[in-house]
Amino acid sequence: MTSTPHISVQNLNVHIANQHILKNISINIPNKKVTSIIGPSGCGKTTLLKSFNRLLDNTPDVKITGKVLVDGEDIYDPNAEITHIRKKMGLLSQRPYPLPMSIYDNVAYGPRIHGSPKKAELDELVEAQLRATGLWQEVKDRLKAPASKLSIGQQQRLCLARGLAVEPEIILGDESTSALDPVSTHIIEDLFIELKEKYSIVLVTHILRQARRVSDYIIFVYMGRIIEFGPTEEVLLNPKQELTKEYVKGFIS
Amino acid sequence: MTKRKLEELFIKILMILATIVVVGSFFLIVGTIFSKGIPYMSWDMISKIPGGGFYIGKEGGVLNAIIGSLYIAGGATILGLLISIPVALFINMYMASKNFIANTFRLAFDVLFGIPSIVYGAFGFLIMVYFGLKASLLGGIIAVTLLVIPILVRTLDEVIQTVPGELRDAALSLGATRWETAKVVLRQIRPGIFTAILLSFGRGIGDVASVLFTAGFSDNIPTSLHEPAATLPLAIFFQLSSPVEEVQGRAYASALILTIVVLIITVLSEILIKKFSKHKI
Repeated sequence: MTSTPHISVQNLNVHIANQHILKNISINIPNKKVTSIIGPSGCGKTTLLKSFNRLLDNTPDVKITGKVLVDGEDIYDPNAEITHIRKKMGLLSQRPYPLPMSIYDNVAYGPRIHGSPKKAELDELVEAQLRATGLWQEVKDRLKAPASKLSIGQQQRLCLARGLAVEPEIILGDESTSALDPVSTHIIEDLFIELKEKYSIVLVTHILRQARRVSDYIIFVYMGRIIEFGPTEEVLLNPKQELTKEYVKGFIS
Repeated sequence: MTKRKLEELFIKILMILATIVVVGSFFLIVGTIFSKGIPYMSWDMISKIPGGGFYIGKEGGVLNAIIGSLYIAGGATILGLLISIPVALFINMYMASKNFIANTFRLAFDVLFGIPSIVYGAFGFLIMVYFGLKASLLGGIIAVTLLVIPILVRTLDEVIQTVPGELRDAALSLGATRWETAKVVLRQIRPGIFTAILLSFGRGIGDVASVLFTAGFSDNIPTSLHEPAATLPLAIFFQLSSPVEEVQGRAYASALILTIVVLIITVLSEILIKKFSKHKI
């Protein structure tokens, strides 16, 4: 790894309802790169992703041990400021979940709760983020319309714009394109590639083709353990572990 | 005919019969109220309080009971909401990672839901005795509030549980605090809040037992919380037990008024539910 890691996970163990979901995870997520987490369903990919911004806290009967350092700060430290940690990370979930308000208010939501920006500042910020996600031309005439009226693909881009508006450092994507049509998927993938200039991106994905297209590094998770971690081409085309070989076999042949 | 087709036919007939029984009884009840109530319905009934000889068939109306019922059911619903919304949010947002505690609360409210209203009346009465209150509008509101809280909490709880976890995660991951996230959840469930209001108001305005000792009864419209207040169900009960035919007829007219009040509230809620569903995801 060349630069210092953005997220550093040390001996992370997660139990949910007495099931050992993540086992002794230690990994360094590189700065300003796209890292994909791949693995079969139920292997703990999403749990790992959610441990990065402490969304796991709200899971019933959860027990978390170990450390997750973000910018060198342990986010599981009892004194850590949780809203501050989450603000650093934008989350793009499987299906888009716009807030139950207008398109404009969705993007303005983050800046509003973190400060009281002036109307003009807010207008500028909303426009900038909608442009960054390629949505501006499509929605500029109906900013006051309910976000729920947009298409699924547009909603997902709106959710990305909403996340970017709080000026995060890291973007977390949880199978962010799985509900989208191929065109919208392509737009989102291109955005990820574009955004890694400024952000560290961690994606959970089932689609190996997508992992190859957008990511610089790949983490292969199996049964709650990290089996392999390395540059994308290496993991996909020349895996070192038997389990990884088995999993990516379909991709290579 | 094969066994499968017979089974299909049998179930279909069963469903149709059950629906006829339910819809039929509904029309029978409403029809009875209308046919018996309309002859005794007059402008006086809804615009005047009982006059001197009202209960032996002379002039007057049940305005006292209409206003009393609206005050009590409305007051209890508002007070109930102020208590129930925080409770429902607490169970769902703050106890989210402690399933056992949340479910214990839910069980407790389910038990309270099943308690007959006379028990709430008796309990409300005890509270009043303890504080030295007389039967009054305030006493009635307190008793009916106790009665509707379980309904409100459980309805709101069910509605909040339908909010996708991902929506909460979305707000939280933008750095929102739990209360800010709760506000997003509240926006999402606004239509559900009106459903809860409708259920609570309907239960509150129709209940007799809880207001029997607590609200008292008065021929006047209460002008303060400490005055006794009449309610429509009690007015119906008193008039129905009269031997005078005219008064018995007015009981049906009062029932008709109660039905129409509930109908108006229902239609209003439906309109508001539609209006606030606009932004719902």
